[in-house]
Amino acid sequence: MKMSDSSDEEQDVNYVLFKDRPDWKDIRPIEQDDDDEIVAIHYTDKFKDVHNYLRALLKKGEKSERALELTRVAASENPANYTVWQFRRDILKTLNKDLHEELDYIEKFILKQSKNYQVWHHRKLLVDWLKDPSKENYFTTLILNKDAKNYHAWQHRQWYMKTFQVFDGELDYVDSLLNDDVRNNSAWNQRYFVINNTTGFTEEVLKREIDYTLSKIKEVVENESAWNYLRGLLLHDKEGLSKNKTVTNFCEELYSSNSQSPFVLSLIVDMCCEQVQEGSGDSIYTLERALQLCSDLELKYDKIRANYWKHMADTIKRKASGENVEEEPTTS
Amino acid sequence: MAKSLNLRSIEELRTSTFKIEGVPTVTSEEQCDTEEIVAKKYEDLHKNLLVNKNLPVLLRKQHIDYLLQNLHFLPTSYQFLDASRSWMCYWILHALTLLGTDINEGTKSKVSSFLKKCQHPDGGFGGGPGQLSHLAPTYAAVNALVLLGNEEAYNVIDRCKLKKFLTRMHQPDGSFTMHEGGEVDIRGAYCALSVASLTDILSKETFINTPEWLVTCQTYEGGFAGCPGMEAHGGYSFCGLAALFILQKGHLIDYNAFLRWLVNRQMRFEGGFQGRTNKLVDGCYSFWQGGAFSLIYSLLANENNPPSHQLFDERALQEYLLICCQNIHGGLIDKPGKPRDVYHTCYTLSGLSVAQHFKNESYILGPLQNKVGFIHPLYNIRPDLVKKAILFFNNSKLISSNVS
Repeated sequence: MKMSDSSDEEQDVNYVLFKDRPDWKDIRPIEQDDDDEIVAIHYTDKFKDVHNYLRALLKKGEKSERALELTRVAASENPANYTVWQFRRDILKTLNKDLHEELDYIEKFILKQSKNYQVWHHRKLLVDWLKDPSKENYFTTLILNKDAKNYHAWQHRQWYMKTFQVFDGELDYVDSLLNDDVRNNSAWNQRYFVINNTTGFTEEVLKREIDYTLSKIKEVVENESAWNYLRGLLLHDKEGLSKNKTVTNFCEELYSSNSQSPFVLSLIVDMCCEQVQEGSGDSIYTLERALQLCSDLELKYDKIRANYWKHMADTIKRKASGENVEEEPTTS
Repeated sequence: MAKSLNLRSIEELRTSTFKIEGVPTVTSEEQCDTEEIVAKKYEDLHKNLLVNKNLPVLLRKQHIDYLLQNLHFLPTSYQFLDASRSWMCYWILHALTLLGTDINEGTKSKVSSFLKKCQHPDGGFGGGPGQLSHLAPTYAAVNALVLLGNEEAYNVIDRCKLKKFLTRMHQPDGSFTMHEGGEVDIRGAYCALSVASLTDILSKETFINTPEWLVTCQTYEGGFAGCPGMEAHGGYSFCGLAALFILQKGHLIDYNAFLRWLVNRQMRFEGGFQGRTNKLVDGCYSFWQGGAFSLIYSLLANENNPPSHQLFDERALQEYLLICCQNIHGGLIDKPGKPRDVYHTCYTLSGLSVAQHFKNESYILGPLQNKVGFIHPLYNIRPDLVKKAILFFNNSKLISSNVS
């Protein structure tokens, strides 16, 4: 947790409290009632002052230039105050303000406060009102340069891309992020998002993506992000999880090269389960192998998840012996 | 009955560290740095064990003192949470309940009075007096009032107007906006369903299309995202799963995928949970991820396949919480080196509760005095207090009172 940053101007020793400003003399500030002394915050004088005047203006419903200025100070004192942002937007609309100017203001703000719901939502509404996403690629990239996993930035990026149908160059961007950090799960997720909203997972795309993912797994085997993406791709393989020769050959090769990555073993377990359930004759995906792998994972390769692997083995055994596991589910 | 758990050995820990595979990236560097500070904590504890067999200890008294102090006064550093004061009431009261502390009636009355000031004339609660209604502080305020557990507290809630507020936040696609003109994400649906079910104002019309919308938030990884298309995330996953449970639609999710994603969020070295794939451990996810397990167990039980044991490593999670997340002056934290705060104190203790209890049996790391209370998995409130509130509201007529 850190204190909110104030702008340079507001850290100025010459900052004048609203109660000392001549053009605010007509407003009677309203103090907050904290008589109960419950979670009472020890506010600074500046914080108290601006909020006393904010309460007064909210009550009065005054939407003016000075009210806009007041929301600017209040928002910098506490960027998470959604009431302030909502008030600010009402004022912007009433005064018919230049929204491009506001976009510049919120850009600087977000650069300082990039993990906050309110500032991103403010930007989203501005872009929506302007129907202009032209700065968003540049801006979100700027934020992601500082933190490539910033959830708010990704959510904003997905929103404008989908709303304005601008996906051009996004797969290349994702690729560059994965070249920087192949373990960046947000980038893998974005890859899925882009394909899902553009070409879809056609047979051709699926083949290309599987090759891409396997090459990334070759670089770093213990990278769950890539394995999860691979599983995501296989959801679109009509044959299921265990029939794609490229994938099965890759896994078997990895397995026989003595890779005991829990992610390889776990995928093979599921391949076995699928084939056992379908009664397929493929001799390498058997019940016995699934149970052996579960036991290996439990005792050697994935001990933190020993309880889970034990449960998986029990489930697989029960299913195989024909007990009613996973029949038509009833309500929870 | 309580069973004692033993610590993982230093040898076992040594084999669990991150493998860089010759490809260092930002993710691996941050992960290795974290493991280093956590390793130091574990090594220190093993050394201290030689002189004191009774470790690790929950610093109950220190945490209670810290919480009681914060219940009344918060330092200036909390200014940026001025729009989350209802939350602070819930975080503090819930943590105190887990630690077995009763609040005196006078204080209870003051909390009720404060939360009443946070209630908006048009229904719902804001983060502080005079603020707009918002679903998150509404959830927090209702939970806090349920924790107070008396009629004075229950009567603060104007259920008629609350219901109208929820209806106003509901969107045609089934999602919920957090406040008028606010953002939409999966927290909204959970908060709305939580308060509606607790106060007995849940009706199908308020949640049209909500199950369908929630299901679209489950990602290819198995967990839930804040909105369709985004990355699976611990906080949002809990919201999605619990929301579907309240709607009695838990069976609509791919629970095998959810469980696979969920178990993999437990860090093999640290023992705590991360929020997303390839991110760092954080004490608060002990609850957001850990709390989802009991919901999954009930789905498995419906499939006639109930687990005979927890499906995560409850010992490793307790290690992380007790050894790495306690501030010696009271309060709990995200990870070693981070400052304490009431949010992390609430969710780490909730996670400790999840790790200690399974099917009426307790599994305690360290002295048995480390045991904390139980939680209701849908609301994260002590179960008897949930029952008491629901009973009260079931028997109360829906009349709009005047909000002063």
